[in-house]
Amino acid sequence: MITSLMGALPGSIAQGLIWGIMAVGVYLTYKVLDLADLTVDGSLATGGAVAVMCMLNGMNPYLALVAAFLSGMLAGLVTGLFHTALGIPPILAGILTQLGLYSVNMRIMGKANQAISVVQYDLIVSLRYIPHACILTLVFCIVIIALLYWFFGTEIGASVRATGCNPNMARAQGINTNATKVLGLVLSNGLVALSGALYAQYQGAADINMGRGAIVIGLAAVIVGEVIFGKIFHNFALHMCSVVIGAIIYYVVIAIVLQLGLETTDLKLFSALIVALFLAIPYLKSRYFAQTGKKGGNGNA
Amino acid sequence: MLKIQDLHKTFNPGTINEKKALDGVDLLLNEGDFVTVIGGNGAGKSTVLNMIAGVYPADSGKIMVDDIEVTKLPEHRRAKYLGRVFQDPMNGTAAGRNIEENLALAARRGKRRFLGWGITAKEREEYKQKLESLGLGLEERMTSKVGLLSGGQRQAVTLLMASLKKPKLLLLDEHTAALDPKTAKKVLELTEEIVSKDNLTTLMITHNMKDAIRLGNRLIMMHEGKIIYDVRGEEKKNLKVSDLLAKFEEASGGEFANDRMILS
Repeated sequence: MITSLMGALPGSIAQGLIWGIMAVGVYLTYKVLDLADLTVDGSLATGGAVAVMCMLNGMNPYLALVAAFLSGMLAGLVTGLFHTALGIPPILAGILTQLGLYSVNMRIMGKANQAISVVQYDLIVSLRYIPHACILTLVFCIVIIALLYWFFGTEIGASVRATGCNPNMARAQGINTNATKVLGLVLSNGLVALSGALYAQYQGAADINMGRGAIVIGLAAVIVGEVIFGKIFHNFALHMCSVVIGAIIYYVVIAIVLQLGLETTDLKLFSALIVALFLAIPYLKSRYFAQTGKKGGNGNA
Repeated sequence: MLKIQDLHKTFNPGTINEKKALDGVDLLLNEGDFVTVIGGNGAGKSTVLNMIAGVYPADSGKIMVDDIEVTKLPEHRRAKYLGRVFQDPMNGTAAGRNIEENLALAARRGKRRFLGWGITAKEREEYKQKLESLGLGLEERMTSKVGLLSGGQRQAVTLLMASLKKPKLLLLDEHTAALDPKTAKKVLELTEEIVSKDNLTTLMITHNMKDAIRLGNRLIMMHEGKIIYDVRGEEKKNLKVSDLLAKFEEASGGEFANDRMILS
């Protein structure tokens, strides 16, 4: 069993790195902007669909990634406008976009599943060449984190972070918090779609259901990364790295439970319970400390 | 500097919770005026400040800051004219960002933000000096998260942020009410220093009538959405707390006993 697990490990790492990009997108909304954005389940599939259709129509695979990124940004823009211009609560805005994207994704692909063969097409990553996929996606993660680190050090980036921290204060300092929220959602969903585009290439197909539950995987990666590295990593770039590592750990754990005999169809339940558990920990901890008379607040006001 | 004309605001109109917050407020502030605002709970003090800041839109009336009409401008577009400090120390700063980042955000109030650095080395030096002048030792903690500071320290940082780019108008909404008396005194001293140094036009809400008399060159009292009393200069200096209580009693028909005003 150990040997088969070792055999599955490189694949888990490649998947973790690809989904890590998506998780960084989730981190931007969930942690930086303090918005739970459920668009991702739809925009991940949109990214995959756009990339695969572009390549099937002869586009360069890297350009197809750019197209996928833009399509995700558009999805984020829709959610952002639902929320800011129309006053719909962010969770609901995300759900609406996600639902709408199902139809959009079907239109893009023409059917529920579009395969793309690594034999016929010059794909960037594929599960046929896992070591190559690992290295390439690692480079992607590093470049993306470096770019985001730069961006969030700029004036615009700082105003997005301020919006997530304290929107009242941000407005008092002249920041258009509606614009910064939309910008964050646009950026986040762009990354999610990029991740979807890479994942579709990796598995050799875009599928209408490929994004189902993506938000939970993203949250799992964010939370696992935070639980393990939160105490040591204090730098923004390292935070994002910990999210990617969290995604890798998630897929390694999945590989282990599959080896232990869990069915693949049980995985979503497993993921949901794990995320629920980790989300509950801070709350239960504070209640426990409040009861025992220790200092309960953890200062994350 | 500030001109308010016949400002009206009703919250939840047409419902059981309807509340007439402002009922025709007129106010004219000259440059350099330091006005203290007193009044009971629900008198409309905070509403006036929030309407100037654009937190909610006016039902009718007009607000001009330095001859620029701001009545219909969204909150973030008025921010360049205004420095604000809130009652809740949590409100004025971003807890998850460190001191220097908070100051850098405030320094860019009213400027177009683009892809320049969010904070520069030159700014850090400048902020260090400004923090030194507060005398709280915060210059040694510039990379500490603001969430780790005490309420008084946060209010001091917020005051600095509000005045970092000289505002046309400084709005202080009971900014010492949540602090213990000693800290409140210190923050009030800082307020006086900052206001007098830059000769800032200031509106300060307070529940402390002694402070209201001692500070500033003008005092207004609000009741049920109206300004009912407006004194300045020598007349204000010679006021006593008992005068204000009498005035307030007269306006409210003697029902002030359970109001917070009595506490100060």
